[in-house]
Amino acid sequence: MKRRNLLAGAALALGLGGAALAGSHEPLKVGFIYVGPIGDGGWTFEHNEGRLAVEEHFGDAVETVFQENVPEGADAERALTQMALQGADLIFTTSFGYMDPTNAVAGKFPDVKFEHATGYKREHANVSTYSARFYEGRAVQGHIAGKMTETNKIGYIASFPIPEVIRGINAAYIHAKRVNPDVEFSVIWVYTWFDPAKEADAANALIEQGADVVLQHTDSTAPQAAAQAAGNVITFGQASDMGEYAPMPRVSSIIDNWAPYYIARTQEVIDGSWASVDTWDGISTGMVKIGDISDAVPADVKAEAEAMAAAIGAGEYHPFTGPLNKQDGSPWLAEGEIADDGTLAGMNFYVEGLTGEVPN
Amino acid sequence: MDLSSINPLVLIAALMVASTPILLAAIGELVVEKSGVLNLGVEGMMITGAICGFAVAVESGSPALGFVGAAVGGALLSLLFGVLTQYLLSNQVATGLALTLFGLGLSALMGQDYVGIKPPATGDVNFGPLADLPVLGIVLFRHDLMVYVSLAIVAGVWAFLKYSRAGLILRAVGESHDAAHALGYKVVHVRLAAIAFGGACAGLGGAYLSLIRVPQWTEGMTAGAGWIALAIVVFASWKPWRVLLGAYLFGGVTVLQLNLQAAGVAIPVEYLSMSPYIITILVLVIMSSNRGRAALAAPAALGRSFHASS
Repeated sequence: MKRRNLLAGAALALGLGGAALAGSHEPLKVGFIYVGPIGDGGWTFEHNEGRLAVEEHFGDAVETVFQENVPEGADAERALTQMALQGADLIFTTSFGYMDPTNAVAGKFPDVKFEHATGYKREHANVSTYSARFYEGRAVQGHIAGKMTETNKIGYIASFPIPEVIRGINAAYIHAKRVNPDVEFSVIWVYTWFDPAKEADAANALIEQGADVVLQHTDSTAPQAAAQAAGNVITFGQASDMGEYAPMPRVSSIIDNWAPYYIARTQEVIDGSWASVDTWDGISTGMVKIGDISDAVPADVKAEAEAMAAAIGAGEYHPFTGPLNKQDGSPWLAEGEIADDGTLAGMNFYVEGLTGEVPN
Repeated sequence: MDLSSINPLVLIAALMVASTPILLAAIGELVVEKSGVLNLGVEGMMITGAICGFAVAVESGSPALGFVGAAVGGALLSLLFGVLTQYLLSNQVATGLALTLFGLGLSALMGQDYVGIKPPATGDVNFGPLADLPVLGIVLFRHDLMVYVSLAIVAGVWAFLKYSRAGLILRAVGESHDAAHALGYKVVHVRLAAIAFGGACAGLGGAYLSLIRVPQWTEGMTAGAGWIALAIVVFASWKPWRVLLGAYLFGGVTVLQLNLQAAGVAIPVEYLSMSPYIITILVLVIMSSNRGRAALAAPAALGRSFHASS
């Protein structure tokens, strides 16, 4: 018994020493914090695909861990601390609401690298932020939606009033309005990223009030199912292709493709070249992909949408190009002027024509 | 703002659908608590029912069989709680919380092959000419069977607790298990039966989500509905008809606020979104003000373990 205790103590000491030295011969431990379940079919599902791609790419050189359904806020700090204590070398926190917890925990674990998705705070040298220009995809969706709506009412299920979501609403509205001046947007804020029942109720409320296009910025496929049940309503896959609802109601989608980024950042940690950066990629690098446009969309609309996506990808067109006014009518962008990333990153206003107010 | 785009009749019909899952779960939990057992695992039983019902419905092609499967699945899971708390005398609060965690994990495991599959459609009950009645037709006679089943269960539970001898025994067990035991009633058996009933109802509520309201299987899809059901039982002071009222109130405010947002009503969205919870809390506060536990009608033996030797 005594000898066993001694051995256990020695092993513990070795383990602690090993962790402190973190030799390169040990597999790199990469952690992921998810806001929803990996089976949500949307946002978290795609992040988890990225994690699996990292595992496949590096094989035994990397070990990944993840925790799903981590609430945004204080509990995230606990989950992050736990993951850091378990020896994770690189942690991806994959929701906007983890911004402050990520920075707080990063301050306590200077040797651990943190990567926060869709946020803007990098308070420590070991915090990076990364996001995708989803609004580029929203512009394409807006074009298709504006062309295809017959009731001229487009419903939008929004999650939280954060810049990322507001950018999406604006981008979609601008491009729907451009091809269909009569179009109206109804926005419902559900204050959740993932609650299938509530998302379905919101979709039904929009459809009952005459919307025949439903855009969603929430993570589950419930609005797709609601649209399918209603018939004659079109939707777009969010974060993931949601191809099981094609060709109707899902006529296209925005696909978040995180795998290349996750692999690249993991490689940098292995090489020792990792540095705190802010990455914001879109269609051009493939971080945002436009899912297959289904046959429910007329061929000419499909061609226009694909041309727009190609122009955005090639850098020839920016979805926020003037002239554009803010909701109150004050000028924002002059003719031909392009929005700067700083304004876009902090966007907290609607563009002219949208009704309702942005909640605080 | 365009309130005319909201059809009040469609709204009432929608709120009945939105309320049914929590109504089913809450009425089951009411019976459990009336027998003196506090099962906090409603969320876990609901989600397990959701996947059991979904899987059975998809495999058999019959939504009706799916609901039976959901009830069986929920009841089986609840009996795990029953055995732990009634025979092994584990702490009910801790065991209930563990049951929720277990149910969430188990359902995710069982549901891996069912993501992205569409369940067989559940048709509405055909009432013939009744469905064409003005006003009442839309509100009352165009629902799926489970809406009526949930109402029937509420009525049944009310009649059972109020008028039947078995209901009296169940209430006696919940008020004073020692006295009931002294009278020769099988306290543990009564409680196990109540727990299984609660599990079956929670399972039905979960399956209503996955088969009718959403309808699809997604991990974690109950998203807290089980906790709302627990709150509604307290809200209702352990009275069946008030459970119905509470569930419809909660579901109604939820659906109403979404419709108001869609119609562009100029009320700040934050208030609309929190309104279902605020109203629930307000009613709880009003009802419990200046009253003791007895007036609130909580079963006296709620949450206490029973062992014949004590």
